[in-house]
Amino acid sequence: MILKVDNVTKNFGGVTAIKETGFTVNPKEIYGLIGPNGAGKTTMFNIITGNYAPTSGQVIFRNESLSGLKPHQIVRKGIARTFQNIRLFSSMSVLDNVLIGFDFQARYSFLESIVRFPRFISEEKRIKNRSMEILDYFGMSSFAHDKATDLSYGQQRKVEIARALATNPELLLLDEPAAGMNPSETEELGEIIKKARNDFDLTVLLIEHDMKFVNQMCDKVLVLDYGKTIFEGRPCDAIQDKEVISAYLGDFHND
Amino acid sequence: MNIAIKKDQWINLAIIAVVLWFIWFASSHFDEYTIRILNNIAIFIILAASYNLINGVTGQFSLEPNGFVAIGAYVTALLLVTPEAKLYQYAIVDPYPFVMTLHANFVTALLLAGTFSALLALCLSFPVFRVRGDYLAIVTLGFGFIIKILAINNPEVTNGSLGLNDIPEFSNLYWTGGIAIIAVIVVLNIVNSKFGRAMKAVRDDEDAATAMGVNTFKAKTLAFCTSAFFEGVGGGLLAALLTSISPDLFDFFFTFQLLIIIVLGGLGSTTGAIIGTVLVIGGSEWMRFLDEPMKFLSYETTAMPGMRMVVFSLILIFIMLFAREGIMGKRELKDLFKSKKKGDK
Repeated sequence: MILKVDNVTKNFGGVTAIKETGFTVNPKEIYGLIGPNGAGKTTMFNIITGNYAPTSGQVIFRNESLSGLKPHQIVRKGIARTFQNIRLFSSMSVLDNVLIGFDFQARYSFLESIVRFPRFISEEKRIKNRSMEILDYFGMSSFAHDKATDLSYGQQRKVEIARALATNPELLLLDEPAAGMNPSETEELGEIIKKARNDFDLTVLLIEHDMKFVNQMCDKVLVLDYGKTIFEGRPCDAIQDKEVISAYLGDFHND
Repeated sequence: MNIAIKKDQWINLAIIAVVLWFIWFASSHFDEYTIRILNNIAIFIILAASYNLINGVTGQFSLEPNGFVAIGAYVTALLLVTPEAKLYQYAIVDPYPFVMTLHANFVTALLLAGTFSALLALCLSFPVFRVRGDYLAIVTLGFGFIIKILAINNPEVTNGSLGLNDIPEFSNLYWTGGIAIIAVIVVLNIVNSKFGRAMKAVRDDEDAATAMGVNTFKAKTLAFCTSAFFEGVGGGLLAALLTSISPDLFDFFFTFQLLIIIVLGGLGSTTGAIIGTVLVIGGSEWMRFLDEPMKFLSYETTAMPGMRMVVFSLILIFIMLFAREGIMGKRELKDLFKSKKKGDK
């Protein structure tokens, strides 16, 4: 077990977005979080990343509670994420976007950067090389010096994942990675995620609406509806589950 | 790759050499009036480049310069004015005994001025950067007023609205120009490091920056304190250039002028800050005739002090409406050459 969401509840004023929900993710698993709109999936992501504090319950990552940690501290523990609508740094090059992921891994101080100490130069070189390696892995190194927002949607998605990998995560959270992509791009992305999982020893937790994608990708899914778990198990079983079908399509009454 | 870095370094050294030569040439050949303008330009380059760090690079709209410049100027003045000169200056009330004992050489005074400003900025950072939004602008605007009011109402230290006079005139073009070079190098080195990248990330998308493990509070605080440091030093240079300071010197107009400079040059570009300074400070000398009585065809207008400010305000409105990126946008000098090369291919 690498991640355990332990009986989490989240209230926004009087609205309960997540109600006493828990699940565990095992190392190297690709775990899907699905459910209709407003089911609480993104809220769950924001709780894991520390953007929201749960009303009750806790998140345990590698046998360590994440309660009280700030979002940037949780990233440094090894949880990286991408966003539902791509959020690259718009004024920066692709390379600089990836370099941001190395921000906390570059070992030089403020003063060393001002006077250009040898350690500054060697560390900058190291993280630049590592960034180029990651970009190379995604076949994006030729775009390194282009402005990130000038790329196509599919390429931007890759840069966003590359950027997340730069933080050297063990758990990668992908919020609707296939959204806005055409079928061939979606397929390519699926291959990349699977390959990256093996090459970077990743555990992946993803939110997705594209059920075909979920079916191909996920080892296990959790179906949320109105903040409650209605199904946990293999994706192929999920789409035959009565409760899941009624959550998505509504109940049919014959009388 | 290695050769490219070396080439960049040679170009930088060449630019510094040319600037140093110009400083030497100007000091020995130009008349006093021109040198005074150049001194002003050098000091405002320090202020604009550092103000740009928090406002342009980090994208935190702030209105602090006049406050920190005032602090820097007063700290430097108190340390530089000789005890004898202090003795007869304090006309309103007698100064505190410690005021009489304060004394330091020019370099120490400037460093203390900068450090004191930076420490105050650090204290402001904690309440301000814990929340998001435009609170920094409001707090720093108020801060400027508070500093001015404190300067007026503590005559035991600041000699009230009379201000401090007979500050030794240490500032010359070597000091102002030399420190301007250092300030620009320091700011550029910060911008081109992980700290500068984190600042830009905060500007572009604070949530995404946090999701990359960036401590956004630290990035903002570093930018703010660095700005404050150089604003303190710039204030010290200004005090030692003008030889007398008073609270009125550091009103909001001072900040407004810097805001025009960095917006005109392009928010986020240090090259732009330098160009903006030369245009605005040089331009406001050139436009001095606007404040004086004018003959226009057969009409004769009376003197209208502040007419230059109207022109500057119009320029600012024009930039905001039609050229929001300013002259340089977010680009630096070296980016211009890069894009040129790309275009040639």
